[in-house]
Amino acid sequence: MQPINRRDFLGIAAAATAATALTTVGCNNSDNTISTRGGSASASSEIPTDKMTMRRNPKTGDQVSVLGYGMMRLPTTSKTSARESDDEIDQETVNELCDYAIAHGLNLFDTSPAYCKGRSEHAMGIALSRHKRSEYFVSTKLSNFGSQTWSREASIAMYRNSMKELQVDYIDYLLLHGIGMTAWDGNGKELTGMESFENRYINNGVLDFLMAEREAGRIKNLGFSYHGDIKVFDYLLSQHDKHHWDFALIQMNYVDWKWANQVNPRNTNAEYLYAELWEKRQIPVFVMEPLLGGRLARLPQHPTEMLKAKRPESSIASWSFRWIASHPGVLSILSGMTYMEHLQDNLRSLCPLDPLTDDDFTFMQHVADEFVKFPLVPCTGCQYCMPCPYGIDIPTAFSHYNRCVNEGNIAVSRMDANFFEARQRFLIGYDRLVERKRQAAHCIGCGQCKPHCPQNIDIPARLNDINDYMEKLKQWTL
Amino acid sequence: MLQKIRIVLGTIFFVCITAMFLDFTGTAHRWLSWMAKLQFLPAVLGLNILAILIVLALTLLSGRIYCSVICPAGVYQDLVSKIASKKKKNRFSFSKENRILRFSVLGVFVVLLLVGLNGIAILIAPYSAYGRMVQNLLQPIYIGVNNLLARAAEHYESYAFYEVDVWIRSLPVFIVAVVTFIAFTVLAWRGGRTWCNNVCPVGTVLGYVSKFSLFKIRIDDSKCVNCKMCEKNCKSSCIDIKTHTIDHSRCVSCMTCLTKCKKDAIHFSIASKANTTADQPDTTLRAMLTTGAVLAASSVAKAQEKQFDGGLAIIEDKKVPARDIPVKPAGSHSLRSFTNSCTGCQLCVAACPNGVLRPSTNLSTFMQPEMGFERGYCRPECTRCGEVCPAGAINPITREQKTSIRAGHAVWIRQNCVPVTDSVACGNCARHCPSGAIMMVPLEDNPGLKIPTIDTERCIGCGACEHLCPSRPLSAIYVEGNLVHGEM
Repeated sequence: MQPINRRDFLGIAAAATAATALTTVGCNNSDNTISTRGGSASASSEIPTDKMTMRRNPKTGDQVSVLGYGMMRLPTTSKTSARESDDEIDQETVNELCDYAIAHGLNLFDTSPAYCKGRSEHAMGIALSRHKRSEYFVSTKLSNFGSQTWSREASIAMYRNSMKELQVDYIDYLLLHGIGMTAWDGNGKELTGMESFENRYINNGVLDFLMAEREAGRIKNLGFSYHGDIKVFDYLLSQHDKHHWDFALIQMNYVDWKWANQVNPRNTNAEYLYAELWEKRQIPVFVMEPLLGGRLARLPQHPTEMLKAKRPESSIASWSFRWIASHPGVLSILSGMTYMEHLQDNLRSLCPLDPLTDDDFTFMQHVADEFVKFPLVPCTGCQYCMPCPYGIDIPTAFSHYNRCVNEGNIAVSRMDANFFEARQRFLIGYDRLVERKRQAAHCIGCGQCKPHCPQNIDIPARLNDINDYMEKLKQWTL
Repeated sequence: MLQKIRIVLGTIFFVCITAMFLDFTGTAHRWLSWMAKLQFLPAVLGLNILAILIVLALTLLSGRIYCSVICPAGVYQDLVSKIASKKKKNRFSFSKENRILRFSVLGVFVVLLLVGLNGIAILIAPYSAYGRMVQNLLQPIYIGVNNLLARAAEHYESYAFYEVDVWIRSLPVFIVAVVTFIAFTVLAWRGGRTWCNNVCPVGTVLGYVSKFSLFKIRIDDSKCVNCKMCEKNCKSSCIDIKTHTIDHSRCVSCMTCLTKCKKDAIHFSIASKANTTADQPDTTLRAMLTTGAVLAASSVAKAQEKQFDGGLAIIEDKKVPARDIPVKPAGSHSLRSFTNSCTGCQLCVAACPNGVLRPSTNLSTFMQPEMGFERGYCRPECTRCGEVCPAGAINPITREQKTSIRAGHAVWIRQNCVPVTDSVACGNCARHCPSGAIMMVPLEDNPGLKIPTIDTERCIGCGACEHLCPSRPLSAIYVEGNLVHGEM
């Protein structure tokens, strides 16, 4: 569950630079204009403080900023985000980031009792309590994943604790957290998405409790965040007349729009989710994973050039934010911004929003189509699949391909500026690393390797993809 | 001056043609293949009228310039001879023409061509002989150096060079190349153009044409002091100072004598009546006409034939399957027309980037290329052999044409097929067949597994299936050649 994105995946170098920069940006945030994201320098112009694109919540009439602050990866004193670090959260920097965001019109902050090993709500509460309650909206979740929190009492305690940590007496947006996900019951049995949902919110009466809290005004908007099993999503919407969902949080970006199952086989296309929520039922949408874990901040050469040609000053990431925000049903995009650079770049993209044209949408779909053609093979090189009885050097073929993807040496079309270089690097490098008779072309698809792979990679299919790519390069048919 | 021009032009041709045989990237061929197409014997066998006319016109104008400039074997011998002359100066002397030998060799050569024993005839074809030398002996060294550079490049993460396999395509042809190399080198070291003026069939034909050439080497009797410097430096041994005559059938217009003569007594000039020497026009004319007619006849016969054409597991090396009919590359139309035109120069073998072409060891098609798929297959994007062939044995084709030329057809061998032998799913042949000629059908006694079937009508004989078949050392699917390459 990541209602906020992870942009600092972007290569160790960029992250290291950014992390170093972070310690200084907090102190002089107004004049820091350097973006390290994806190596794309943003315009150095001043970010306006009064141009944030606002969206109206149809139920409450609230004006919500289309950019929301995700508090999943808060900076720590160790300069890595708090998600993977046990170090203390760098409260001072969090305060500065929040101040900067509010000063530029951002007014929605999203967290969960689960984030940052349970420390996110507390840090957010401290940062926001320094502002007037009317200046911001808080969004948090009932994150009762563990079976020990499935009881009514434990769940309600979690809810009440959120209010305490956030130092608020009402919650603007409360979400059932991660509906559709599977869970383990107390006996070590894996439950389906539907069973998990029933255990977490229905059987214990927690959903009824939350609806009562909404009646009482302590929850202004009640919604859910959705991952995984589409049956639960469809069920909840079928119960809309009863539950009156005020909003929902879904994973949505130009790749997930039509290619969600390429990102993760369990996912459902955002196009469907959005239509079900907004177009059919007028339920406003919160968006998570705007950059698909950072992957949409750096694209292959060809689309990068096309996007840069259209807007030379804008980052690649900005296209995803503008793409999402160009959908009127999107109330807010929750972006996990660990670094000031991320916040500034996103503010530039949306203060104000320059919506995508129809042509832009068509082009972004093309970019998405190309994007899913080149996913990394999640091979860790463990060699469990080896030796292939037919002599294929499986891990080396995968690592060569992944390396070319990572270095931007996978060509998308012959028109790419770096096509010849990418072609040479792929083909010559392939021959250097893998003997010809051990290359993917010789994989007969017997599948004997498949059960050995701990990553569940469909090895013959991926080898076949690599061979198809090689054939296109060799035959100049890309 | 004329000698210098000859040397410069000869060097250019020599270097470029050699480069073409060395280059494995296809770059040189794009710019230089016309030089191979000017070669006389390939032009005659390929009925390349334009090239034949150019060479004949050049010879009628100024003698055997062809032998001194265009023929790489001639220039190679000049090179050897020059080094030998450095050691021993003024080493030549006039010798009589061995006309019987010259004409018998030419006669046998023509007869062999007519009866279709090209494989033996082309052993003495000058350009092809040179090509075999370079491809077999020099290209491995060239590639070796390239591979060293590739290793270095790999070390520095550069992609400027890539490694290429070095392998002997055929041992007999390798031995032929070694023998040719020794023969050329020894003969040139000892006697200059001995080979060209006794054995070479092209030399004999052009020699008699050059008797009628406009410009010739001529001795001005009034200036000559009989110092014999010209004769002693004539690598063709064709200047007889005793009689002040020159055997023009052996003169290769190298212009060395012009430079050597300090008395300005030798000129390269148009005939003047006073100075004409007896050329015995009657016999030579007859000989030339006969030869020309014979060669033309054999060429016409071929031209007609063309109209009828249409932790790694150990991997065992693949073996060449026994084929009833050899597979010839697309563009060669038919086995017969190919066999009649090919001079076995190995240019296509040197150029083939996929390790497919190698010389035949069969006697009647000796040294002519044939296809084998142990190291790679005839890839759809490659049409290089047709582009380089100077003899018209492999005609240039486009990629699109290649997809519809049936050079061979695949044959399935049940007892080698892994779904049958190992009970595993495969279908690699069908997956990689570029023309979709292979369909997988259920195995009768185990319908969960599938075996390949071949639609021969759609098969182009590229060998992808044979090369990519997991069965080793013999593939479960292999290519048989088609006698005539039909088109879809």
